[in-house]
Amino acid sequence: MAMDAAMIERLIKESLPDAQVSIEDLRGDGDHYAAHVVSGAFRGKSRVQQHQMVYQALRGRMGNELHALALQTSVPDE
Amino acid sequence: MDITVQDRIRQEVTDAPVVLFMKGTPVFPQCGFSAAVVQILSHMGVKFKGVDVLSDPSVRQGIKEFSNWPTIPQLYVKGEFVGGCDIIREMFETGELKQMLEEKGVSVRA
Repeated sequence: MAMDAAMIERLIKESLPDAQVSIEDLRGDGDHYAAHVVSGAFRGKSRVQQHQMVYQALRGRMGNELHALALQTSVPDE
Repeated sequence: MDITVQDRIRQEVTDAPVVLFMKGTPVFPQCGFSAAVVQILSHMGVKFKGVDVLSDPSVRQGIKEFSNWPTIPQLYVKGEFVGGCDIIREMFETGELKQMLEEKGVSVRA
């Protein structure tokens, strides 16, 4: 089942309001995305914790409707 | 005594220094993301134990809950969750993976 990029971005921003989100639909099939999420909320967190925050924002969709989301997270430059 | 899936997983992650929960086996991965991690570990000469989640649906679901992580593969080093495919790939590229493995006393081919 596919999910559109705008929906992914909206869910992430609901949980992480300051996030800058860029999403690429890797195959144009609405099922394989790469997302880069930049948020101040990631500061001081491990990579695992940062990714868990994004997965939390997606509320269980990751691994279900959303088959593949290659994720990269970072903290904004000072 | 009936041990729960969570107990079994807790045992499994410390069963070997490096444990990869994956789809398929190290020789025949059944998913591109699992294959990518196998390839990285093999390239680094790291010995690891592969746990095929496809052969046991309770482990497939249980490991997601155990790690609070929604996807497979999942890499454990010395009982500690390191990450999924994206994190492992990123850590490999930056050299952090090698550094972390060495710090934990896992032998890595130079």
